[in-house]
Amino acid sequence: MPITLKVNGATRTVDVPADMPLLWVLRDELDLKGTKFGCGANRCGACTVHVNGVAQRTCTLPVSRAAGAEITTIEGLDPKGAHAVQQAWEELDVPQCGYCQAGQMMAAASLLAKTAKPTDTDIDTALNTNLCRCATYLRIRAAVHRAAEIKAGGAAMGSSSGKHEEEN
Amino acid sequence: MATSPNSENGVHTSRRDFLKVTALAGGGILLASYAEPLEAITRLGAGAPAADASLSAFIRLTADNIVTITAKNPEIGQGIKTMLPMLIAEELDVDWANVRIEQADFDPTKYPAQVAGGSTATPTNWIPQRRVGAAGRQMILAAAAKEWNVPVAELTTSKGVVSHKASGKTATYGALAATAATMPAPVLDTVPLKDPKNFTIIGTRKKTVNVKDILTGKPIFGLDVTVPGMHYATFVKSPVYAAKVKSANLDVIKQQPGVTHAFVVEGTNNLAGLKAGVAIVGKNWWMVQQARKKLVVEWAEHPTSQQSSAAFAAKAKEFFAAAPHRTIRADGDFDAAIKGAKKVIEAEYSYPFINHATLEPQNCTARMNADGTCEMWTTSQTPQGGRALVAQTLGLKEDQVVMHMMRAGGGFGRRLYNEPLAETAFIAREAKVPVKLIWTREDDMQHDQYRPGGFHKFTAGIDANGKLVAFRNHMATFGEGERFAPSADIGPGEYPARFVPNLKMDVSVMPLGVPTGALRAPRSNALSFAFQGFVDECAEAAGKDPLQFRIDMLKNEIPAAQPLTPQQQAGLMDAQRVIGILEMARDVSGWNKRSSLPKGTGMGVAFYFSHRGYFAEVVQATVSKAGEVKVDKVWAVGDVGSEIINPNHAEQQVQGAVLDAMGQAYGQEITFTGGKADQQNFSPATTASGSAANFPLLRIKQAPPAVEVHWKKTNFSPTGIGEPAMPPLIPALMGAIHQATGKRVRQLPLSKVDLKWV
Repeated sequence: MPITLKVNGATRTVDVPADMPLLWVLRDELDLKGTKFGCGANRCGACTVHVNGVAQRTCTLPVSRAAGAEITTIEGLDPKGAHAVQQAWEELDVPQCGYCQAGQMMAAASLLAKTAKPTDTDIDTALNTNLCRCATYLRIRAAVHRAAEIKAGGAAMGSSSGKHEEEN
Repeated sequence: MATSPNSENGVHTSRRDFLKVTALAGGGILLASYAEPLEAITRLGAGAPAADASLSAFIRLTADNIVTITAKNPEIGQGIKTMLPMLIAEELDVDWANVRIEQADFDPTKYPAQVAGGSTATPTNWIPQRRVGAAGRQMILAAAAKEWNVPVAELTTSKGVVSHKASGKTATYGALAATAATMPAPVLDTVPLKDPKNFTIIGTRKKTVNVKDILTGKPIFGLDVTVPGMHYATFVKSPVYAAKVKSANLDVIKQQPGVTHAFVVEGTNNLAGLKAGVAIVGKNWWMVQQARKKLVVEWAEHPTSQQSSAAFAAKAKEFFAAAPHRTIRADGDFDAAIKGAKKVIEAEYSYPFINHATLEPQNCTARMNADGTCEMWTTSQTPQGGRALVAQTLGLKEDQVVMHMMRAGGGFGRRLYNEPLAETAFIAREAKVPVKLIWTREDDMQHDQYRPGGFHKFTAGIDANGKLVAFRNHMATFGEGERFAPSADIGPGEYPARFVPNLKMDVSVMPLGVPTGALRAPRSNALSFAFQGFVDECAEAAGKDPLQFRIDMLKNEIPAAQPLTPQQQAGLMDAQRVIGILEMARDVSGWNKRSSLPKGTGMGVAFYFSHRGYFAEVVQATVSKAGEVKVDKVWAVGDVGSEIINPNHAEQQVQGAVLDAMGQAYGQEITFTGGKADQQNFSPATTASGSAANFPLLRIKQAPPAVEVHWKKTNFSPTGIGEPAMPPLIPALMGAIHQATGKRVRQLPLSKVDLKWV
C-alpha cells in the first residue's frame, strides 16, 4: 500500500507492506544505504535514525508507524558532513570499520539536542545500546564531548580531551 | 637507526623486484612493482602465489601534481588502505595532502597477497612498497637533472617539489612526470631508501583516508552494493552443520508475496564451503524473510547432532585422567623433576567457543555475466581463497570469477572463510538473476567459523629457591590423529617452553563437527589466558611478584637440545624484547606500588608474543562485594619494531584489541546442544550475562576511562598490529581480579565464576 514519508526534508511515497520495517524501506526502496542492518532485533543500534528529532531504531519499526513523521537519516544529518557530531567524529578519526558509526552519530546527535554538555555518564547512558564491534568507545566518548564544544561555538581545535589527528 | 632491508622477522625478499614504467596521456607516469609474499600469506590465501610479473603497487602521477596510489589489500577497519600508501608516499617524498587513494579490485595478475590476515601486511610490504616510492623519486630526479642539465647529486626533494639550490630552479613532480616516464627504471633491489630519521609521513598520525564517506553514509560496504536487476536471497542451512535437506515445503514458499525462486541446494561436506540448505530469492529481502518464517524443512540425520558442549567437557575430563594421545615437546625429565620439587601445583583451565560477530552480517553480491564469468562484490579477507572456492563450486576456471573488494564492516578473521561467496554464486547461477545474499544475525550467530574452545590441565613444580623447575600442559582439544581442527592447535614453542628445564607439552584430541577458524590472534587469544594465568599461579606458589617472576624466567633460557635452523630461530620469541616491554609496562603503570591499592582493587600483568609482535599489558580493576568487575585502566606496551607507521591507527588497533578481549572475557560464549549453537542474537542491554540465548558484545558503559598505549621502539623491522595486542589482556585482567578478590579465574567467561560486569 502507498505510504508517504518525510525523509531528510523530502516527501517520498513508497508502495510496500505496512509492516515492513522502516530500515528496509530506507535502504532498499529509497536507496539510503547509510542506515545499517546489524541484528534485526533492536539490539545493536546500527539502524538508528531520528524520528521527529529523537533517536529511534528502525529494524523493527513498521513503516506505517513512521508515516507523516520527520525522518532524518545519516545522509540528512548534514550531507556535507558539517554537523557538529560529524565534525568531531572526523577530527578524532573515530571509526575503525565504520559500520556502526552512522547509528552512533545519530544517537549522539539526539543526546546533544537535549543535553548540551553531557557528562561521561550521560554519554554512556545514551549510547549504551549502540554496539561497536571494533570497540571505538574511547574515541566515541571523546568525540561526543568535542561535538558539544563545537556546538557551543568552540571551533578551535586543541581544547578537548581527545587527541586530534592531522588535518589531511 | 639502521634498518636491514630484508632479513628480520623471517621476511625475505629473495626474488628480484621489478619496476614497470608506463607513460600516461597528458603527461603522467604510472609505476608498478610487486611484493614478496610470506609463506603464511600463501597459506591463508589458499592458492598459488601470484606469478612473478605481478604488480603490487601502483602510483599514478599526473601533471596537476596529484599522486594517486592504489591500495591493494582488503580494508576491514584495520586502516590498511591508509597505511600502505603512506609507505609509498614517504619514499616518493610527496605532500600527503596531494595523495589520492583508490581501492584495488582483486587481481592476482597484478597484486600478490591481497589478504587481510595474520597481521602480515606490514612485514611483507614495509620494504617493497617503500622501494616503489623511492624508485619513482629517482626517476623524477633523473628527469629534473636532464631538463636542467645538472647533476642528480645537486638536487633535493620535498613535498613533491624538486629543487636545485645553486640555480634556484624548482619544479613540481607533476611538471616533470612526462620526462620521468622516458627515463630508465632503477633496479628496485638497490634503490636507496630514506634514513628513517628523515621520515615525514611514516610515524605521523594520519586519518582514515575515506573517513568522510563513512561519516556521511556513503554506500561503501558490502551490504550497500546494488546491481541492476538484483534480487535478494536468504539461505537456510541446517542448524546441525552440513546436514542435508530431506524435504522442504517449497510449494508453499513459492506462493509467498515477493518470492521469485525457492530451491534446495544439495551442498557439500566442506564446513567452510557450500553447505546444504534451502535458498529463497525475491525482490525484497524483508519479504524473503517473511516467507522464510513459513519454511518447514526436514533435515537428514547427521552425526554432529551427538556433539555438545557438555560432552566436550566430559571428554576432556576423561582425557585428563588418562595418558595423553601424544607429546609434542619433552625437555629434561618432567616426572623426576616433579618428584623432587618442593611445591607442586595443579590447575585446570577452560575457555568456550566464541563467535566473530562482525557487526556487518555476512553478505555477498554475485552476477553471472553473458560471457560465462561470475562477477562478485565481496568483503572477503582472502579474496584469493574465495575465488578458488567459487570456481570450484560452480565448475569455473578461477579467472572466470571476477571480484570487487568492498569495505568490510569488521573482519576479525570471520571473512577469511568464504562460504557466503560460494552460497551467493551458486544461488545467482541457479536463479539466473543477480543476487545479493544477506545472512540474518541468527544465521551469523549459528553458522560462524567459531573460535574453538579448549581445556588445559597444568602441573608445575617449584624448587626450594622459588624456581619453576617442572611444567606440564595437557591440552584437550579438537581434531583427529595428528590433525588439529582449524585454530584448535598448539605448537611446541608455547611459553614457558624454553624457560623451564623439565617441560612436557601433551595433547589429546576429540572429533569435532562444528566449523572452527581463526579469530583475531588465533589460538593465542585463548592459550594466553590459560598459560599466562597458570604462570601467575606459579609465581604465587613461588612467593614472587608475578611481573618479576616472568622477567627472572626470561633471563634464564634453557639452551635448545638441537641447534635451530635460521628459520626456526627467526620465528622464536625473543626473550630480550619481552623483558623490554615488561619493564616498560611496570614503569608506566606504577606496578611496584600495587600493594598500596585500596581493598577490592588489583593489578594484573601478562605478556604475549604473537604474529611477530610483543605486547605486555597491565590491567587495574575493581571488584565490588556483589562481584561486579570494573576495569579502571589499562596500560598496553607494544614492541612491533623500529617504526609505528601510522600511530593514529596503531593506537586504535591496540585499544580495540584490548576492549575486544574485555568483551570476550566478560560474557561471550557459544554453547552447543545436539550439535547446534544455542545462541541466536546479541544480548539486549537489559539481559544479565550468561543468558544462553544471547551473545553479548562489550558496551560503552563497560569501556574503561582510559587505555594508555606505549611503544617500545626497537631495532627490528616493523611488524603488524591488528592482532598481537589482544592476547595479554584477559590474563592481565584475571591477575587484577585475583589481587582484588583472591579469586583465581580458570574458566571463561566471567559469568561462569559468579562475576559480572558493571
